[in-house]
Amino acid sequence: MESIIQVNNLYVTLGGQQILNNVTFEVKKGEIFVILGGSGCGKSTLMKTMIGLLQPISGNILIEGQDIHDPNEDLHNKILRKFGVMYQQGALFGSLNLLENVALPLREFTSLNQDAIELISTMKLKLVGLENFTYHMPSEISGGMKKRAAIARAMALDPDILFLDEPSAGLDPITSEELDNLIISLSKNLGITFIVVSHELPSIYTIADRVIMLDKRIKTIIATGNPQDLKINSTDKWVKQFFNRKGSNI
Amino acid sequence: MKKISNEVFDRLTDSTISGDTLIIKLHKYLNDVTTAELWNSYSEFFRKNEITTIIIEAKNVEFCNGLGIALLYNFKRNANIFNKVFEIKNLRKEYLALLSNFENLTIHTPQEVISSKPDISVENIGKIVEDKINHLEKTIEFIGEVSSGFINFFQNPIKNIRWSEVFHIMEKSGVDAIFLSALIGFLFGLIMSFQSAIPMQRFGAEVFVANLVSLSLFRELGPLMTAIILAGRTGSSFAAEIGTMKVNEELDALTTMGLNPISYLVLPRLLAIMIVSPLLTIILNFFGLIGSCTVLLSFGYPVVTFINQATRSVTLFDLGGGLFKSIIFGLLIAGIGCISGIQTKEGAQAVGESTTKAVVNGIIIISITDGIFSVVFYILGI
Repeated sequence: MESIIQVNNLYVTLGGQQILNNVTFEVKKGEIFVILGGSGCGKSTLMKTMIGLLQPISGNILIEGQDIHDPNEDLHNKILRKFGVMYQQGALFGSLNLLENVALPLREFTSLNQDAIELISTMKLKLVGLENFTYHMPSEISGGMKKRAAIARAMALDPDILFLDEPSAGLDPITSEELDNLIISLSKNLGITFIVVSHELPSIYTIADRVIMLDKRIKTIIATGNPQDLKINSTDKWVKQFFNRKGSNI
Repeated sequence: MKKISNEVFDRLTDSTISGDTLIIKLHKYLNDVTTAELWNSYSEFFRKNEITTIIIEAKNVEFCNGLGIALLYNFKRNANIFNKVFEIKNLRKEYLALLSNFENLTIHTPQEVISSKPDISVENIGKIVEDKINHLEKTIEFIGEVSSGFINFFQNPIKNIRWSEVFHIMEKSGVDAIFLSALIGFLFGLIMSFQSAIPMQRFGAEVFVANLVSLSLFRELGPLMTAIILAGRTGSSFAAEIGTMKVNEELDALTTMGLNPISYLVLPRLLAIMIVSPLLTIILNFFGLIGSCTVLLSFGYPVVTFINQATRSVTLFDLGGGLFKSIIFGLLIAGIGCISGIQTKEGAQAVGESTTKAVVNGIIIISITDGIFSVVFYILGI
């Protein structure tokens, strides 16, 4: 499988504090790749750097061979079109209904007419099971539905890559499982590459083809591989503790 | 078999009409650009009565994204609407699988159609009246809770209010507004004096500019201008701050912790503004007088003349009445800011609406109250 994202020797600081050090990995096309680790280990910082919201001190991120932090604005905008992002709380625009939320990128970046935009937006909502809620406002739907609608919006322009920040956080087990199934089905049917930030073990076991685990103390990757393999075969004490849900003895 | 006469179809497809059958042979790419062009130009063929069958030949399609799938779906949908026989041939398996996701897609229409005509149905009027009554109820409830909070406060002024919060708000809305009040006061005094001095000079009465400006500043304009500054600067900030807390469920958190949001958030704000409002009025008045004095100096009058004229025209009642008004204005501005924040609905837009409401309502209520004060002061002979 060819690589779609390459992260090379990433060094990131926030407010003068080192968050990530020498982080290197690659994501293969079409896989569901999970970034995991304990709270405060830099998962979300890594994702924000990968989508260009944070500038690294050193190192680079190549998406289909192009640097996400390219100073050329046209090139940068082209790279942004290659991926969609679902934020932790959905980040839907509260003043727009679900159809308008999904239609927004189509309206801004394509020359499609209004009918086409509405039909395509409805089809995207159908993919996430929300075709009966097109005219609902974000405040009128549940947390799980908001996340699904945010996925539909992220998919509006048919990106090759979808970044999901903690998709299962704050959801009940049934809704969480439904969301996992949706991710798997979108990956299988549309060939989208998923980069998921999570620390929800049941969800990770269900969806992940491959994971990297970040460590708060050394601020870099301590394990890479299939989650089931890591659970059984890893020799690292912290990795074992994480996958077996065991805290340190107090 | 004949070629069809359509520029976009000629360029993006190899389409032909054979008898009553339209055959659309798609090219390699169905992406956002080709989809957008085809979408705008295909419908005429579906409407033609002489065409009964439409065949999409997709053998050459190598790339088809979600937008392309939507186009194919819409071909199919339109063929159904216009009763045509429809078939897609040789579409790749993976694209067929994608298309099959939408077989039972239901397209909804908006529940509320926005009409340009006002809705004057009995039901709608009833809803509006009900909303207004609810709003009035909530306002009365708010006034009741604030009054009860104040009674509680006067029972033990040291203990029953968070003074650190009061001082903090006084600093933000008072100390930080000194420069603005001084500047507006100075310019106001200067402009008013200059505009009135020129016509009064014709009658040799320009010295009475000092009387006019000082009296109007102390009685009316000082408190009013200060109130407008506070409404724009502080009332809006209270509405935005409390509104954001409401949206983030912080008010609910306070309530469930056993803290009354009115006592915890509103009372310190009301008290702080009631204290800073007269102080800012004094500053605005003072700088207004300096502005006025500057104009009279330019007309050749000494400072002492200005002071004599001003002190002769303004009584302690004028000063006290103005300051009393500014305390009431402060109370109203802070109250309106806080209640707008508390009544915020859901979302970022609602916070913006509350902020606007706080400023607009604040200025309207101040103007009305000022009118009432003028009548009352006149009747009382103040």
